[in-house]
Amino acid sequence: MVVAIGFEGSANKLGIGIVRDGEVLANCRRTYITPPGEGFLPRETARHHREVILQVLQEALDTSKLSPTEIDVVCYTKGPGMGGPLYSTAIVARTIAQLWRKPIVGVNHCIGHIEMGRLVTKCDNPTVLYVSGGNTQVIAYSRKKYRIFGETIDIAVGNCLDRFARVLMLSNDPSPGYNIEQEAKKGKKFLVLPYVVKGMDVSFSGILSYIEERAPSLIEKGEYTPADLCYSLQETIFAMLVETTERAMAHCGSNEVLIVGGVGCNVRLQEMMGQMCQERGATLYATDERFCIDNGAMIAHAGALMFSSGQTTEWKDTFVTQRYRTDAVEVTWR
Amino acid sequence: METDITDDFTLWKQGAEARLFTGNYLGKSSVMKERFTKSYRNSTLDAYLTKERIKAEAKTLVRCRSAGIPTPTLYLVDFERKRIVMENLENSLTVKDYIIQLSETDDSNNNLNELEFISQEIGRLLGKMHSANIIHGDLTTSNMLVTQDNGSVRLHLIDFGLSYVQQSSEDKAVDLYVLERALLSTHSNVAQMFGAILNAYQLVFKDKAKEILKKLSDVRARGRKRDMIG
Repeated sequence: MVVAIGFEGSANKLGIGIVRDGEVLANCRRTYITPPGEGFLPRETARHHREVILQVLQEALDTSKLSPTEIDVVCYTKGPGMGGPLYSTAIVARTIAQLWRKPIVGVNHCIGHIEMGRLVTKCDNPTVLYVSGGNTQVIAYSRKKYRIFGETIDIAVGNCLDRFARVLMLSNDPSPGYNIEQEAKKGKKFLVLPYVVKGMDVSFSGILSYIEERAPSLIEKGEYTPADLCYSLQETIFAMLVETTERAMAHCGSNEVLIVGGVGCNVRLQEMMGQMCQERGATLYATDERFCIDNGAMIAHAGALMFSSGQTTEWKDTFVTQRYRTDAVEVTWR
Repeated sequence: METDITDDFTLWKQGAEARLFTGNYLGKSSVMKERFTKSYRNSTLDAYLTKERIKAEAKTLVRCRSAGIPTPTLYLVDFERKRIVMENLENSLTVKDYIIQLSETDDSNNNLNELEFISQEIGRLLGKMHSANIIHGDLTTSNMLVTQDNGSVRLHLIDFGLSYVQQSSEDKAVDLYVLERALLSTHSNVAQMFGAILNAYQLVFKDKAKEILKKLSDVRARGRKRDMIG
């Protein structure tokens, strides 16, 4: 039996979770929220994490009703993510590992999402769509690696949505993507936007520029409402994601899809993916905001899998890295 | 009432985007490719994409023909019914299945030769295609057909729904990169195959090939969140 504590702070969420053999005992989180029209910057986000991390740690311990002696391994997000926030979080993980005399495991953030998704939904070998503010990848497992079949060649899908939310001055509370989703529900008129699929890869930066440039005048002239534009943007970029996921499934002969990452909470994306799955007799697996959005439990769970298969991270390797690809990790637990 | 000349077509294969039917069109053995509506897609977007893809496919089939690249002959385009009708390449096999078949036979020496030969053919055709500024957009071994006639092997390109015309070496490099990744996920002896493909590609597409291969190494390094080495 392995009890793991996980520290996640690669973007604007600070999460600490405690997991015992796939059972989530605690999963506490704070989100750094910026004013409308502004994104979160590394320095301020790191400061936020430093300010709340000890409080969240205490909360996680209290919720789990465990004492530090009952924890077997400390896990933290090694990357990818923003440097400052990653670093602030890793320092605390390293400190408590030394104080409590526990082994430490550095976890790839993307692997954390995938393993948590597999745990929560109990799917076996899915084609994974990982969509968040910093990542957009279509992934399938083969020969000891989570292999990337398609990915964005520029900005992430969540980044595209967040930045458009800033143009419309939508609130960042609880998240810009959530508010775009609510707006989009009211949208009716579809604006044809560029649709950019290159082989298995997708690109969003051109679509963003296109809509950013035109949005102010389209709204002013009354041709489209902000809701129409949110709707058009979502419909277009989600169609791109569903199409590439379907092609990856066809290629791998897979009949399961798992959506993970913050954008994975979007009900419209889940709906579209569900329709695609239904048409090809496949099954869709998705999780809710507790596990889709960055959290500590996913890092604890993935770290526990690594730890159980004999992996620990040596002290000299307990650094963080902004660049850390999903396919760089040797999967020793499958 | 207008009768549909494709009434006697029978379903042959079902893909992710289209159904393929075989039958007789004006006395010729034909394949009908009928794209279907994707219910998950916004209907305006779906209609737009379907039309663009039919247009791209039809245009490129003809353009390839005039550039001397073997493709099925185009017989009919019907936007209303989202169909195109083209020549049926009888007794053809996808390159994917052809390679799998090769690896299942025992004569390993001959297999290597065949693999080398088909790789060269792929490279030669892609070189020709890119010289004509045609970008395929979805190069995989499933989108290439092999016909065998009295022992001579002939390669054809198909599935041009994502194709377009572009001069830049960037788009050509991405085209090759898509193929490389498709090979990686389908076949085991990729390094050798892709090497042979690029060699033949260079031979056909002399002057610009160097620039494209250089771009290819840029494209390979481009995936997000790669380790920074060097």
